[in-house]
Amino acid sequence: MRRYLDLAELLGPVLVLVLVGVVGSMGFVDPALEIEFRGALVSVAMVVALYVFVGNSGVISFGHVSFVAVGAFVAGVMTVPVALKPTITPGLFSLLGEHSVGNIMSLALATVLGGVFALVVGIPLMRLSGLAAGIATFAVLGVTYNILNNWEKIGPGPLTLTTIPETTDLLQATVGAIAVVIAAFAYQRSRYGRKLRASREDSAAARSTGIDIHRERLWAFALSGALSGFAGGLLVHLAGTLQARDVYLDLTFLTLAMLVVGGVGSLWGAVVGALAVSALDTFLLKAESGEIGFVADLVGKPLWGGSRLVGVAIFMAVVLVLLPDGLTRGREFRLSTPWRRVSQTGETAS
Amino acid sequence: MTDDVQTLVDAIALGSIYALMAVGIGLVFGVLRLVNFAYGQLIMAGAYALALTNDSPVLLSIALCFGVVLALSVALEFAAFRPLRGASPTTMLVATFAISYLLQSIALVRFGAIGKIVVVIPKLSEPVTIGSVHIRWITLVTILVAIGVFAALTLLLTRTTIGLQMRAASIDAETARLLGVRANAVITAAVLVSGVIAAIAAVILPMAVPERVLVSPDYALRETIIVLVGVVVGGIDRLLSATLGGFTMGFAVGMFSGYLPSTGAWPFTSSVYLDSAVFMLVILVLLLRPEGLFARGRRTAVERL
Repeated sequence: MRRYLDLAELLGPVLVLVLVGVVGSMGFVDPALEIEFRGALVSVAMVVALYVFVGNSGVISFGHVSFVAVGAFVAGVMTVPVALKPTITPGLFSLLGEHSVGNIMSLALATVLGGVFALVVGIPLMRLSGLAAGIATFAVLGVTYNILNNWEKIGPGPLTLTTIPETTDLLQATVGAIAVVIAAFAYQRSRYGRKLRASREDSAAARSTGIDIHRERLWAFALSGALSGFAGGLLVHLAGTLQARDVYLDLTFLTLAMLVVGGVGSLWGAVVGALAVSALDTFLLKAESGEIGFVADLVGKPLWGGSRLVGVAIFMAVVLVLLPDGLTRGREFRLSTPWRRVSQTGETAS
Repeated sequence: MTDDVQTLVDAIALGSIYALMAVGIGLVFGVLRLVNFAYGQLIMAGAYALALTNDSPVLLSIALCFGVVLALSVALEFAAFRPLRGASPTTMLVATFAISYLLQSIALVRFGAIGKIVVVIPKLSEPVTIGSVHIRWITLVTILVAIGVFAALTLLLTRTTIGLQMRAASIDAETARLLGVRANAVITAAVLVSGVIAAIAAVILPMAVPERVLVSPDYALRETIIVLVGVVVGGIDRLLSATLGGFTMGFAVGMFSGYLPSTGAWPFTSSVYLDSAVFMLVILVLLLRPEGLFARGRRTAVERL
């Protein structure tokens, strides 16, 4: 019985994502809105990938967007039609310049490269914690951005990569986001995930029971990097164009804010945070263009331009200040059974 | 030779500005354990105040800049830092991200993405010749102002009651409170001093750094990031080590950009890869001394696995 109840923690987020996919595909929604739904689902994939490391280990990372970036660049560069490569990215290494792969293959490449990159970076970096870890992972992001933005042998350099096939449709976005959620759930329920979560709560006690924190963090970091790379692949096939700047500071801030707004400590929090911020963003976007009737009636005119930026920022700041543990307070999704809630209140990471 | 001296003096000046920002960030971290990522946006607000009053008398303009930055600092303390007290460091850091983003969005909506020119004291941009070295007045003024600020701050921290309380709170806030230090008073004082330093930086930055003469919504963001990195690399637990860390980053950036060529196709042969080189060094330092380059001895404050 208990086992099935625990499965609700997985089924809750999955059903919500299915719902988002289904609603997005329905005719009554403005067709122009569909891309917003796809964007929200890709955000869920990115934020859950980030959660796998940050949530389970309690160590902050500002570097995950570098894995998203690696995934996005490899998936983007490898799917531009071979015939167009000499004109778009003339400087590429011949291995990259003379070959292209299909959609699924490019996502697989993005996943593998993201994971390998995270593993290599993680071996030295996972020895750090606290602010030192935050700054070191940020430095990784800085190096990744700097190289992707300048080195024309592996990508477009400072230019924009175009003509990337836009293959992330609603089905792929939904399935992709769900796949990432399932991987995250499987990890946090595995012995490795539990060991890491134990070290998050009390590192001294965890070590005294024989947990090798460095190794557990490294596995989580590599898995998290692989999922981030995969999400990067989805992202680039959603946008169709790619610049190094797209996968740098703004995205880092946005994904971290989504995670913290939802609640760092739980998978459910990652999903809720990504969806809530995306939904508000879309809502304000449409309100700005006057497409949402009741807002236009209330204000008397479409919302002023820029209210979207300010609105999203205010929302995030207010949630963080008033609910430092996030919207879900770091709890997993569960069916309402109060006697269980008392015994299993999830504590957030510090 | 003269080129070398010029590069050296410019690098010291850049280091001084970064050291000022590092002190501002380090002061607040000391008493609040909060890394204020929105610090650069305080400077941005001050720079906008200067840019919008280009035609007014200089003193009025500077006074307005101080007023805006201090008001914003106090507003942040009451609206954001105070409710966040006791939250996890991650939450606090991301919250200041959100505040920085909010202030940038407001500036973007209000003033647009195109930069506004800041004119403070044009005379200071003129060069002065000492021997065969040409240095702009502002370079010298920057270094002198930084020295003045550090001297004043040292007096404040060592010779006044509130300074003593600040130092006590940053060593052990709990014990300090038990001994009768009023947390809110100390924190407000630290936030105000940090705000004064931000205002000073807002006045100096547009004159001292040529590309910072235009104020845009992301003004001082790059500087904030570099300074934050410097503060952690130097050792955030002590004000002196944090300041030295900030200075070192500015000095290093100044020296590197004075010597590296601006072109080159392969990584790490040209200054476009300067950032990578700096960040690699940062990672190396953090791995070797996670408690900070200038921290005192090896301490157990930073968990080392």
